[in-house]
Formats: sequence, structure tokens, C-alpha cells
Amino acid sequence: MEHLSLIIGVVVVTALVFDFTNGFHDTANAMATTISTGALKPKTAVAMSAVLNLVGAFLSVEVAKTISGGIIDEGSGIRPEVIFAGLVGAIVWNLLTWLAGLPSSSSHALFGGLVGATLVSVGWGGVHMDAIAMKILIPAVAAPLVAGIAAAFATRLTYRLGARRSASQTARGYRAGQITSGALVSLAHGTNDAQKTMGVITLALIAGGSLAPDSDPPTWVIVSAALAIALGTYLGGWRIIRTMGKGLTDIQPPQGFSAQTSSATVILASSHLGFALSTTQVCSGSIMGSGLGRKGGVVRWGTAGRMVAAWGLTLPGAGLIAGASAFLADRGDWGVVTVAVLGIAACATIWAASRRNRVDHANVNDVDPATGLALTADEAVEPVTIPTPRTTSGPAPQATV
Amino acid sequence: MDIDWAALGEVFGVSLVTTVALVGLFTVGIVGLAPRTEPGGEDGSAGTETAPTPLARAGAYVCFTLCAAAVAYGIYLIVK
Repeated sequence: MEHLSLIIGVVVVTALVFDFTNGFHDTANAMATTISTGALKPKTAVAMSAVLNLVGAFLSVEVAKTISGGIIDEGSGIRPEVIFAGLVGAIVWNLLTWLAGLPSSSSHALFGGLVGATLVSVGWGGVHMDAIAMKILIPAVAAPLVAGIAAAFATRLTYRLGARRSASQTARGYRAGQITSGALVSLAHGTNDAQKTMGVITLALIAGGSLAPDSDPPTWVIVSAALAIALGTYLGGWRIIRTMGKGLTDIQPPQGFSAQTSSATVILASSHLGFALSTTQVCSGSIMGSGLGRKGGVVRWGTAGRMVAAWGLTLPGAGLIAGASAFLADRGDWGVVTVAVLGIAACATIWAASRRNRVDHANVNDVDPATGLALTADEAVEPVTIPTPRTTSGPAPQATV
Repeated sequence: MDIDWAALGEVFGVSLVTTVALVGLFTVGIVGLAPRTEPGGEDGSAGTETAPTPLARAGAYVCFTLCAAAVAYGIYLIVK
């Protein structure tokens, strides 16, 4: 990096912030069921996922190289300001959905943001609309169906096979299975999503003239993107973990194992066969499928409906914010500064709003089992009444088990 | 708009078969290692537990090995 202009520096920082929100938004994908079934303690789960995301980010740069060519037309005069505006749209959308506790695709937010900014700044010619349909819309519908059906059948099968064994005898096995499949999802996520940020930074460096076209991401880009996503993963989007682990359905260890295996399989199979599906939608679909696969299992369609609505709004939502940002950023330096200030203010506001009812590793599983809604602080600390043994007269009351 | 139905169908088929096979194998492994519990009588008498036979044990380890191979292949797919 010989000379970085100010705007390129701003884009790089913004991209890393997006990478960070990507990490904490998507912790839930790999670890929600592992946490909600108690296979791993919340902190242990996010730490493991963070390490695997970090490792995954270093494994390959193939995805990073495809980010630029596919959806945005590189040759149409895309400038760093446009990428900056797109990233702001994606970050704000990621934070809004996190505040609502809704798992939505970070990749869709990123694409939506970039597309929205490009439309405002360059026009329709800069966007490959057919590529959007093929690479985003069709997979968005297919992902939850494929993963959900696979998970439902797998759940049905594992319950049938294990019907004559008690839960305590199979608990260790399911625990190991959940941890392994969660680890695979984390690793795949690190490879995929950290690389998207690397691709965006590389795109910005090329657009700003610091790198030759078709370059591989420089080492400092790979290292910083890996660290940002790992840090985000470790902090954990506990609101989304709660929704996926407890809100959609009640998950028992066999279901968690089936759902995770389905997620890992679908993610790997789809990317291997060249029809990449969004991790978030795959994992949500698996969880719902595992809810349908167990006899007596319920899926809370209200929560699922809100989630699907968020999926539908992600592309236009992030695009709208990014479009407005691009409109401002195109006015010149003061426009870029205004967008940056507004973006930071929006993030601060959302963060402040989240503090009013905190969700963290300590209370992530405190959910009303009947409704899937969060318990209030008073209910969460269940008053345990311990009968005081009477010492004055008679034997102490025996506890019945 | 051109939907690549073949690729989509392939993803669906491969995912479904692999998931069900892996979950099935792993469950058979878990079941093979767990002591068999005969359900207790309706009068509430406790069920009897019998330890898994060596054959069941060996079968379980074969299942786990196959699952481990699948995980290794998954890691290979991520890394390559």
C-alpha cells in the first residue's frame, strides 16, 4: 500500500466495520442450536466459532475474487464513494435486523447496499439484474426449503432410530455431533463471508488505483478482515442467537444435531456444486425443518413470518439506505463526511436502543417455553423456594423426586 | 430469466441424501454404544438395561468412522 487516498482509507475502515457486523450477525447460524440445547456453554460456543472463522478466513481467496465481477459491473465506473455508500447501507441494515433479533442474510445486505448505491450513482447499466435474480432471489427461496426438508427427514429418522434409548444415554453422542457440525458451519462461514469483505476492499483498492485490476487481496487485507469477522463472532449477536435457538421452535439435542448437519451439508454441497445458498437462510430453514420433523414439535410461524419478511426487505432496505448515502456521497467531500457522521449516529442510536433490554450470554436462553418470547428480568430469575426444614418439631420434610 | 433447475435439483438431491445418511449413521452409532433399555412394565417397574454387545460396539465405531470421513471431506471442500 504505497499511497492510500483518504476516501480509500474510509472505505477500508467501513468494510471492516461491515465485516465485524457480519461476524456477530451470523454467530447464530453456527452456534444457536448448540447454545440452546446446552451442548456448549454460550461463551465457549462463540469462542470456538470465532477461532474457526479466523482460521477459515485464511484458507482461500477464491470467493474474494468473484465478488467484483459478478453483480456489479466493474467496468461501469464504480468509484470508492459508491462502495462506501453501499457498505453504510449494509451496516445500518445489519444493525437494524440485529436490534429486532431477526436473522437476515449479511450477504444480501452487502449486495443490496452495493446495488442500491450503484443504481443511484451509475444507473441501471451498472447492475446485472439477471445476475441478481439468479444469484440472490432464486437461492433465497430455495435455501430454506432444501435445508428444511433435509432437516425434517433427518430429525424424523434420528428419533425413530433412537426411540428405544433414553435421552441421558444418547446425550453425549448428540452433543459431539452438534459441536462437530457447528464447527464445520463456522469454518465454511469464515472462508465465505470474510472473503466477501476482502473482495470489497480489493475492489475499492482497484477502483482507487492502488492495486492493479484482477489482483489477489494483499496480505494486510486478509489479516484485518479475518480479525474483524472473528472479533464480531466472539462478541456474538445474542438477540439473533435467541431467536434462532429458542424463538423459531423448541430444539432438543437430536433436533439440534439434525439441523446442524443439514446446514453444514447444504452449505458445502451448494457451494461445491456452484449454486451457493445463503448461510443464514439455510440455517433458519434447517431449524424450522427440525421443528417440523419431531412428533409434537411446533414451529412458531409468527416469528418465522417476521424473519421471512426481513429476508424480503433486506435487499430493498439496505439498497434504499445505500442509495440515499450514495446520493449524498456523490456531492463531494462534505457529502462523504455527512454520510459518515449520519452512519455513526445511526449505529449509536441502535446500540443505545439495544441497551434498554439487553440480551447477552447470561440470559440468551431465558425464554418462555410456551411462547418463545423473552422473559422479563423478574421472570428470568425464577424464584426458587426452598422449604426450610423445621428443626423444632418432627422430622424435616422429605424432598420428593 | 434462466433458472438452472438442474443445478438446483442436484443441490437438493445431494443435500437430502447426504444429510439423512449422515444423521442416520451417527444415530446408529450412538444407539449401538448405548445400553439397551427394555421398557418398564405398566405397573411402573423399572426397565432393565443390557450392555451393548461387542458386535454392536464395533458397528458403532464403523458408523463414527464413516461420519468422520464425511467431516474430513467437508473440510477438504472448504480448504481446496
